Amino acid sequence: MSAAAAAVDEPPNPWFSWAFIRDNQELLLTALREHVTITIVAMLAAIVIAFPLALLARRYRRLEGPVLSLAGVLYTIPALVVIAILWPIFGLSPLTVEIALAIYALLILLRNFIAGLDGVPSEVVDAATGMGFSDRRLLWRVQIPLALPTMLAGVRIATVSTIGLVTIGALVGHGGFGSLIIRGFEDNLYRAEILTATLACVLLAVIAEVSLLGLERAATPWARSRRGAS
Amino acid sequence: MSVLQQMWTWLIDPANWSGDEGIPSLAGQQVRISVYAMLLASAIALPPAIWLGHARKGGAIASNIGNIGRAIPTLGILIMFAVSPVGVTELAVVLALAVFAVPPLLTNTFVAMRDVDDEVRDAARGMGMRRRQMIGKVELPLALPLIAAGYRTATVQVMATATLAAFIGAGTLGLPVLVGFGLQDNGELFGAALCVAVLCISTEGVMAVVQRLLTPKALRRGVETRRAQLVPDREPSIDEEAVAH
Repeated sequence: MSAAAAAVDEPPNPWFSWAFIRDNQELLLTALREHVTITIVAMLAAIVIAFPLALLARRYRRLEGPVLSLAGVLYTIPALVVIAILWPIFGLSPLTVEIALAIYALLILLRNFIAGLDGVPSEVVDAATGMGFSDRRLLWRVQIPLALPTMLAGVRIATVSTIGLVTIGALVGHGGFGSLIIRGFEDNLYRAEILTATLACVLLAVIAEVSLLGLERAATPWARSRRGAS
Repeated sequence: MSVLQQMWTWLIDPANWSGDEGIPSLAGQQVRISVYAMLLASAIALPPAIWLGHARKGGAIASNIGNIGRAIPTLGILIMFAVSPVGVTELAVVLALAVFAVPPLLTNTFVAMRDVDDEVRDAARGMGMRRRQMIGKVELPLALPLIAAGYRTATVQVMATATLAAFIGAGTLGLPVLVGFGLQDNGELFGAALCVAVLCISTEGVMAVVQRLLTPKALRRGVETRRAQLVPDREPSIDEEAVAH
């Protein structure tokens, strides 16, 4: 069918071409690997940093305001600029992209982690304290499980937005599918490469969204009935 | 010379403040592109969002559009417009940014309209208001603070994302950032980065003021406490919505 269409309106530069995908499997797989690796590294780093920070902000309430406003201000700076100014320090390596993206993910995670912990009903905390729970047990057995839905939602949202942002890493040559998008633009505006890479990126984000949503449901069995109702 | 000195030298060079590629001209272009994109996105997103929110229908559609919107890489959309008949123009940037801004505006406005108190709606209906009056005189004014909060986030993100225009050579303050990057000129790179940061943070400031002005006095305290508490189920799309700049 695509051959027939090609014969009719002579497009020298089709938007979609199976031939491109077939001939460039290696290239697409490499981009996929890079995209996924950068996303996972950035997300893990962000989670590892955000978790203790959120606990600190909860314990020392005075920190919460400054931490969240600083995060809010940083969030307004474009990723393009952050990657560009990290480059003199970290060079043309995936690390530059990973650090920049970890910063953005950190901001989303902090808001959701803190909101999740804030959302634990004080009666539940009182009840646990009354039952003689130690601080540590209270945190791990009561507060974190109850905060989990909001915290995991933060992880899901941050992951999906990170997958989109990885493309900007093309600036330093490590943008996963973004590098293909830029390459297609620079190589005579090759549409098939641009569209394929963009679609692949969307597909990856959708897969991440759906799997993390599944993880959220599996991790919070008690929330299921409520969700079903809403 | 330290980076700070190089940056300062670049920033005070009069040549960088004049002409088509001077800082004021590029900043103006970035603001213009962002305003057009927000207007276009509003024209597309507001009518269905207001209507669906009023009817309290299509919640799943609205939230799915928000989720899918977040997954679309703006760089890809921008370059697709650039290699389409639209070409490498400001219009391509405006269109790509509008695609980027529609989902959060739609979701947020829908939620703001849907969450207007039932009792207030019943009272309006009981007073014999028509549908149009209910929307215009009761629901929209009450939803306005949340809608404005959504506009604030979306506008700031559009302004930041506009810098991607530099990738296709369509200007904005992203241009000197990329030029400084390409030439390994730290003065220009950091100087331009500072300009972008100032523009984006000012946008946030201006939009915060707009949001406050649009919030009726009686509602101001409520909204502020709500924001301070960051309760996610009151402002889902704002918490949920995330960048692709």
